[in-house]
Amino acid sequence: MAELSKLTIAEARDGMRSGDFTAVEITKDCLAEIEGASALNAFVHNTPEIALSQAEAADARIKAGDAPDMCGVPLGIKDLFCTKGVASQAASDILKGFKPEYESTITGQLWDAGAVMLGKLNMDQFAMGSSNETSCYGDVVNPWKIDDRNLTPGGSSGGSSSAVAADLCLAATGTDTGGSIRQPAAFTGITGLKPTYGRCSRWGIVAFASSLDQAGPMTKSVRDAAIMLEAMSGHDPKDSTSAELAVPNFEAALTGDIRGKKIGIPKEYRLDGMPQEIEDLWTKGIEMMKDAGAEIVDISLPHTKYALPAYYVVAPAEASSNLARYDGMRFGHRAGLSQGDGITEMYEKTRAEGFGPEVQRRVMIGTYVLSAGFYDAYYNRARKVRTLIKKDFEDVFAQGVDAILTPATPSAAFGLGEMADADPVQMYLNDVFTVTVNLAGLPGIAVPAGLDKQGLPLGLQLIGRPWEEADLLNHAFVLERAAGFVEKPNKWW
Amino acid sequence: MSIDTKTAGRVAKLARIAVPEEDLPKLADELNGILDFMEQLNEVDVDGVEPMTSVTPQRLKRREDVVTDGNQQGAVLANAPDAREGFFAVPKVVE
Repeated sequence: MAELSKLTIAEARDGMRSGDFTAVEITKDCLAEIEGASALNAFVHNTPEIALSQAEAADARIKAGDAPDMCGVPLGIKDLFCTKGVASQAASDILKGFKPEYESTITGQLWDAGAVMLGKLNMDQFAMGSSNETSCYGDVVNPWKIDDRNLTPGGSSGGSSSAVAADLCLAATGTDTGGSIRQPAAFTGITGLKPTYGRCSRWGIVAFASSLDQAGPMTKSVRDAAIMLEAMSGHDPKDSTSAELAVPNFEAALTGDIRGKKIGIPKEYRLDGMPQEIEDLWTKGIEMMKDAGAEIVDISLPHTKYALPAYYVVAPAEASSNLARYDGMRFGHRAGLSQGDGITEMYEKTRAEGFGPEVQRRVMIGTYVLSAGFYDAYYNRARKVRTLIKKDFEDVFAQGVDAILTPATPSAAFGLGEMADADPVQMYLNDVFTVTVNLAGLPGIAVPAGLDKQGLPLGLQLIGRPWEEADLLNHAFVLERAAGFVEKPNKWW
Repeated sequence: MSIDTKTAGRVAKLARIAVPEEDLPKLADELNGILDFMEQLNEVDVDGVEPMTSVTPQRLKRREDVVTDGNQQGAVLANAPDAREGFFAVPKVVE
């Protein structure tokens, strides 16, 4: 049976239960697609033996009845997740050879639910990047192509977005610190959800910026995002910031009815020099929500402009602390040492060899803003601005706004290498619409909403109230149906 | 506030990342570019604003101060670049 890798999670779930196909058949089809897609460089550690044995177990479980929704669904896992006995190196040379002795909570929950691991997915090194060009495995390529250029799949979850868009797997895990699920989803025409901070456990996920990091699903539909989020969510005693809240049935919330809901349109997201196409897409999205019976209200989030600079203080500061653990002693790479080198040289050489240039830059920026004399001027000030950014959102939610609609990215996917000579700040601007959501700890979702005139996908973002992913998903479901985005990249790989 | 090559060298040292002397001017330039971008934060009136410590209103949970795990020496050392006789091995630390 061909083309099973193109299934959505919901289609696979229903089809396996009605006996149309088996988990083993879907898994074999995905493995064949992965085999033929090395040009995309999305999968970097393949685990076919694990996949087939999990698929066989899933088929038995489905046959026995009462299997969870994710049972038998083949997934790709971002390399940032620790997977027991399987290379997990955050796309960095410093973790070369690292095979965790434990399983991350989220992947553990997915396997318990019967999901199937196809392998590990490429990403920006330590999730630092917006184009998947900082990986030790090399660039990931976007399956969307309009000329002879290779385009970025976005970042940092670029292997995840590329793999899902190219139908190498049914869905993938991603993580989002400043937009790393939503921006790549928008660049590849798929759905990407960042949950409320604390909804999904961070335990066993390589840490970048602990107060911002949150894992989430990257899928082919909003319904799939709802199904997969449920399996990824829940309280974990091993993550002290994990919320002790019941996990709703997110799929049941997809009623398609948003009549009377208030959708906020923040005027600060209308940027100078924003491409007309992004502006038009946004207007189209507003019309769709209005047609569905929602009330559109203009809102103000006055500190939006300061979100990116605050982020680029807070995130590197946390990264410099988190990445102190890569010391060449306990795991991963250790540099070769010269005669007379002591432990300091071991640290310095190991970290210089193991970390890529962007990671080094961010660790050093973080070190600087935390150093004596600058802590107040940068780090504390950024944390105060973060309080104000969160308050902006609290104020509009207090006015009765249910969800906020914005563009997902300031442009469509750009060519790999095109930003090579730009200064780092230019690359950071990719996250201009997404980063506020991380700073405020809110749930956000990118939904594919159309093609630009070159034929590349563009996404819209919906931002929800804290812990109300169910309501957010329902808004996204309405947007998805109205936009009717069904385009797929033409297979060239 | 601007970073000169000497400061760039000091930051690299604090971060325990070996940066060759000849690369310090470029590093200083890059760090300055990023710091310029951060300077925008000075436009914001933050008087009386509490710095954020937790994005969700929660108090960190406490637990009994007891041993909950252990006896996993093999697993702990399994990924070490150099482990000997049940220990992590490192270059000489004390003269």
